[in-house]
Amino acid sequence: MSAVTELERPDAADRENWDGGANTGHPVRPGELDLSHNVILYLDDISVSFDGFRALNKLSLTIDAGELRCIIGPNGAGKTTMMDVITGKTRPDSGKAYFGQTLDLTRMTEPQIAHAGIGRKFQKPTIFEHHTAFENLELAMKADKRVRRSLFAALSDDERDRIAEVLRRIRLDREADRLAGLLSHGQKQWLEIGMLLMQEPRLLLLDEPVAGMTDDETERTAELFVSLAGSHSLMVVEHDMAFVEALGGKVTVLCEGSVLAEGDLATVQADPRVIEVYLGR
Amino acid sequence: MRTPFTVRLIQSMPRGGWIALAIFALVAWVGIPFAHLALPESHPLHVSAYTVSLLGKILCYMVVAVAMDLIWGYAGILSLGHGLFFALGGYAFGMYLMRQIGRDGSYGADLPDFMVFLDWKELPWYWGGSDSFAWALFLAVAAPGLIAFVFGYFAFRSRIKGVYFSIITQALTYAAMLLFFRNETGFGGNNGFTDFKRILGYAITSPEMRTLLFALSALLLMACLVLGRYLVTSRFGRVLAAIRDAESRVMFIGYNPLHYKLFMWTLSAMLCGLAGALYVPQVGIINPSEMSPANSIEIAVWVAVGGRGTLVGAVLGAGIVNLLKSWATVSFPEYWPFFLGFLFIAVTLYLPDGVVGLWRKLRAGRKAAPVAEQPLHTPPPGSTTDPLPEGATAPQHAAPATAAKGAAA
Ligand SMILES: Nc1ncnc2c1ncn2[C@@H]1O[C@H](COP(=O)(O)OP(=O)(O)OP(=O)(O)O)[C@@H](O)[C@H]1O
Ligand SMILES: [Mg+2]
Repeated sequence: MSAVTELERPDAADRENWDGGANTGHPVRPGELDLSHNVILYLDDISVSFDGFRALNKLSLTIDAGELRCIIGPNGAGKTTMMDVITGKTRPDSGKAYFGQTLDLTRMTEPQIAHAGIGRKFQKPTIFEHHTAFENLELAMKADKRVRRSLFAALSDDERDRIAEVLRRIRLDREADRLAGLLSHGQKQWLEIGMLLMQEPRLLLLDEPVAGMTDDETERTAELFVSLAGSHSLMVVEHDMAFVEALGGKVTVLCEGSVLAEGDLATVQADPRVIEVYLGR
Repeated sequence: MRTPFTVRLIQSMPRGGWIALAIFALVAWVGIPFAHLALPESHPLHVSAYTVSLLGKILCYMVVAVAMDLIWGYAGILSLGHGLFFALGGYAFGMYLMRQIGRDGSYGADLPDFMVFLDWKELPWYWGGSDSFAWALFLAVAAPGLIAFVFGYFAFRSRIKGVYFSIITQALTYAAMLLFFRNETGFGGNNGFTDFKRILGYAITSPEMRTLLFALSALLLMACLVLGRYLVTSRFGRVLAAIRDAESRVMFIGYNPLHYKLFMWTLSAMLCGLAGALYVPQVGIINPSEMSPANSIEIAVWVAVGGRGTLVGAVLGAGIVNLLKSWATVSFPEYWPFFLGFLFIAVTLYLPDGVVGLWRKLRAGRKAAPVAEQPLHTPPPGSTTDPLPEGATAPQHAAPATAAKGAAA
């Protein structure tokens, strides 16, 4: 219906030409992120069970556009499972998951979610070990990722520059042509972050990004994330409290599959329930 | 500026590869035809009809090996049913060859002999168009392509992987074999098709036709190598290898592995179909045993022996195993299956990268020795003379490096 009325508007046809016919001129295109209420991620009452074990238990959480959110919680709290739900890897038994106002994540496939603008860094660094660092970034680059395109794809100068820029940013410019499998653990972590940047996502999910990094590397990672906040939204899972403090955002404590506490780090750390969870183990 | 397509096509193969192809073309299109057609039989360099047909047959096997390697070596999907696609191509073209017999069959009828024998009065509907050469060629590609596409779509969509996938492909080719064994299926039952007389009206057993079929097989192999090389060095090929190594990661950066696997899988089946279509007129027979599970396993052995993940490896493997086979099946036929099994186990255990891997190791070892004494003369990495060296995978690169260290120490 709305598409028809849109087309009747005199400027609709023009706009369509202007966009190369890629959309109908509807204010919110299907598959496009709608941030009109300034919320980028909305999880409501999400439950996930594995063979009767409740990994997520009525979890509700929202993240604002441009926010940098840290998620902490004991092992097995469900942090990784939550990311699995957001990225389409695990389907929730019940509850809602929206990206922006309109995109129902529970109905989208992994590649669709990635295209919509959610990038993910895994807890265990997963890069393509048999490809060079450069190729890893090339594959991750935001582009038309259909078969018929990749058959004939060639890098433009612009794209080469972008890859080079990210390589510098993750300090791997000297390792560009090395096989990723030969990089150090910390470098692999950085490469995966670089792949995330190449995707140009709106929301970045980072699962323990500094595990195995030196203090120096950790510090640089914090700087990078802080610089990304604002233009991107970030959700960072970390056990390293110094790192969480350096990021400085709002903190959510997960425990046994639901939110235990939320607020700035100092408040959360002073919360008796949080202390009990961490000390009671 | 983006590099134009033709330039990328040429660059996808190193110079050594193109030179090797040129030499191959010269031998296949000039050398062997001359030695077969022009030299008298008494001449020491004369190439016999038997040899030409044997080589033509092996060229077809090499095409199958390349097709297999594209899906197994580069996409990590082990098919144990590629014999089916090969046989389907063969049957599709065989239908045309049966029709070309005309009334020269033993019953002198319009219908192929086996249909007369079954007392059939007219061609079944699916034989429609089988008197057309163009349709037969189309069918030889389209039939395996369609079956691969439908099968692959459901298998990949259900995320069936690894040995489960391999077992299902075995079952597929086995089921097809049983179907083709039945006389009522309309493909000649267990005798299949044979006694071919003509292609496009020309006698199939003439030396010229034999040479032409051989030369066409060589052309198909070269085309497959160029195409394969382009594919594996394109971004498509890199995505495919990435799917092989870390499929879920590929999904999370926005590629749909289903489409990539399906494309490669279907294309691979179509290449097998073409190879089958060229194979049947050269061996003069096609029957359901081509679909036997063992045949498909043998294809995997060729690729494993040569070295999967390198196109030269696939070609070499098919060549080596089949030359061995044509010798062994004459000298001690009953032991061939055991020998094949032994070969497979030996290669899996001791030569995971096949003959190509072994050769690289040896070469790296030989190079490393002088390196220790005269480091200045080390050729820069990449200045290799390897025909078709693959920009392939870590183990193959890593292996020579470790070997080099070992030898230098
Ligand atoms: N696929 C699965 N099958 C069965 N149980 C699972 C599965 N995935 C996760 N779990 C269970 O769900 C619970 C939550 O796991 P999850 O990985 O989300 O925890 P986490 O908060 O990320 O922990 P960590 O800090 O150790 O990474 C754990 O008890 C885990 O054993
Ligand atoms: Mg986790």
